[in-house]
Amino acid sequence: MSRLQTTFDALKQQQRKALIPFITAGDPSQKMTVPMMHGLVAAGADVIELGVPFSDPMADGPVIQRASERALKQGMSLRGVLGMVAEFRQQNTTTPVVLMGYGNPIEAMGWSEFAQRCEAVGVDGVLTVDFPPEESHDAFEHLQRHNIAPIFLLAPTTNEARIKQVAKLARGYVYYVSLKGVTGSGSIDLSAIEEKMPQLRKHIQLPIGVGFGIRDAATAKAVAKLCDGVVVGSRIVQEVENSTEQNVVANVSQLVAELRQAINN
Amino acid sequence: MTYNFPNISGHFGQFGGSYMAETLVPAVEELTAQYMRFKDDAEFKAELAYELKHYVGRPSPIYHAKRLSEHLGGAQIYLKREDLNHTGAHKINSAMGQALLAKRMGKKRVIAETGAGMHGVATATVAARFGMECIVYMGAEDIQRQAPNVFRMKLLGATVVPVESGSKTLKDACNEAIRDWVTNVESTFYIFGTAAGPHPYPMMVRDFQCVIGNEAKVQMPEMIGRQPDAVIACVGGGSNAIGLFNPYIEIPEVKIIGVEAGGYGIASGKHAAPLTANAKVGVLHGNRVNLMQDENGQIIETHSISAGLDYPGVGPEHCLLKEIGRAQYVAINDDEAIAAFDALCRFEGIIPALESSHALAHAIKIAPTLAKEKVLLVNLSGRGDKDMNTVAKLKGITL
Repeated sequence: MSRLQTTFDALKQQQRKALIPFITAGDPSQKMTVPMMHGLVAAGADVIELGVPFSDPMADGPVIQRASERALKQGMSLRGVLGMVAEFRQQNTTTPVVLMGYGNPIEAMGWSEFAQRCEAVGVDGVLTVDFPPEESHDAFEHLQRHNIAPIFLLAPTTNEARIKQVAKLARGYVYYVSLKGVTGSGSIDLSAIEEKMPQLRKHIQLPIGVGFGIRDAATAKAVAKLCDGVVVGSRIVQEVENSTEQNVVANVSQLVAELRQAINN
Repeated sequence: MTYNFPNISGHFGQFGGSYMAETLVPAVEELTAQYMRFKDDAEFKAELAYELKHYVGRPSPIYHAKRLSEHLGGAQIYLKREDLNHTGAHKINSAMGQALLAKRMGKKRVIAETGAGMHGVATATVAARFGMECIVYMGAEDIQRQAPNVFRMKLLGATVVPVESGSKTLKDACNEAIRDWVTNVESTFYIFGTAAGPHPYPMMVRDFQCVIGNEAKVQMPEMIGRQPDAVIACVGGGSNAIGLFNPYIEIPEVKIIGVEAGGYGIASGKHAAPLTANAKVGVLHGNRVNLMQDENGQIIETHSISAGLDYPGVGPEHCLLKEIGRAQYVAINDDEAIAAFDALCRFEGIIPALESSHALAHAIKIAPTLAKEKVLLVNLSGRGDKDMNTVAKLKGITL
């Protein structure tokens, strides 16, 4: 059984909701990423979304854009990110790691080599923001061959036909983007999520995580009631931005611990 | 061979497609459906034809640049005068078509990205013409380079948003416009400036720009009794070029030459010529194209004297035309473009856009090698008024 499935099965049994923090690999520096990942787990993260920086992050707001720029300036690459996962796995063999980013760095490496290396280093899932199912056939074949789960986004604008299509292809969990906009923008509309959820559940058997616009513990708690997992990205990346190398692990861990506590209650 | 691209999913062979974040996928699908519904609609076509004739000033004439041709002593250079369109470039052809579609889709807010500012001006113009709110995203560096066009957009009632991220040029303006669209997808129509981006844009923008080539196909036989030996146009994203080229694809006697921005020279790496430099295929801004990138798949910063060509990608149909060998792509460096700019000013009394000067420069380069009976049709895609500051600065003059 895959790490993602094991994790979500256990959560279900314990009647707990998943906490899925996002950080950008290489931000604030390459050497801090693996310690931060361990810190996230210690603070209560169930799955880690590790952002692969891209020069043109079209679906991200200013906070994650700046994180990508900082990481790229320090020479972060897809190869480097895979190396970090390998290092993380030396101490942690249970927490699922999902790589999140844009398609072109993977295209440049080649999907075959990428999927192979993902499996070798212990990546569990891959989310490419700008590769919808229609354009991803080859990509998924490679991922599937190496037991890597393709993670998909669904949006408030997604119609029923597309929900069905994603339901067929998705593995691991499905990520529902709770608002129209880029990462870190606007505020969440809980009633809209509540309204959309039955339509999603009708077709999707996998756990559903909700993200975009979750900026504090109270919102995380409210969102967790409606779904299976809470994804928090920009708020954490902002904490990284406001920290120094010395206190970044402690600050981010504290934030994640607060979110964990709120979700558990 | 019958040339029939793109296919139903928007692919030009291996190129094109629709690579968008999920939030925008339904919007792009809806746009495709609406465009397919209206493109052959008699009323839509009649309204577009009326606007192009009475508002834009079409057809644009073709002009025989006799003095320049005589000076060069070889092939005859003819110019398709897109610079004489209302707003001064070919961009209005597509902006008008897209605005009419936006109107039918009930969108009251339009957004655009712009590099040199010509597409921004065209979009601001049609937005004013139809009473729509207009937001134009423009790289902060381009705002410096193209100050007169910024003022023009503001006069027309548009809001110009400076983009400070990345290289602060066209690609970053594109990113920011896409971010706006994701956020305001229901109220907003994205009037895209070039024949690139997710399907249906490469097809739709091409279709609207094909008025250039379709007119030329009628005008050239009227002027010289036959079609030209070659059609030549500058290629950034490549909308003016594909508009001229596409109608000529199935006339094999006519050579097709796209001219990219060579910047400081292909060897310097500081250029914007992905096709000439055989850039690797990748995915950016919704489509699979030849793309200037590093070995890690990060998009690299481009350089061109002309803001309108300063873009790391190129439209998917150009990638296909190169791959199947139907079109040839070459690069013209900054200094060659400037020399062509000067030549057209002095020999013909026409001030061309720096973008169009690239196409002209290639014609100037090859004309002396060809017989006097040969005819080169160059798309003079825009006029150079907007480039006064850039050219003056290069010549060490303060205006």
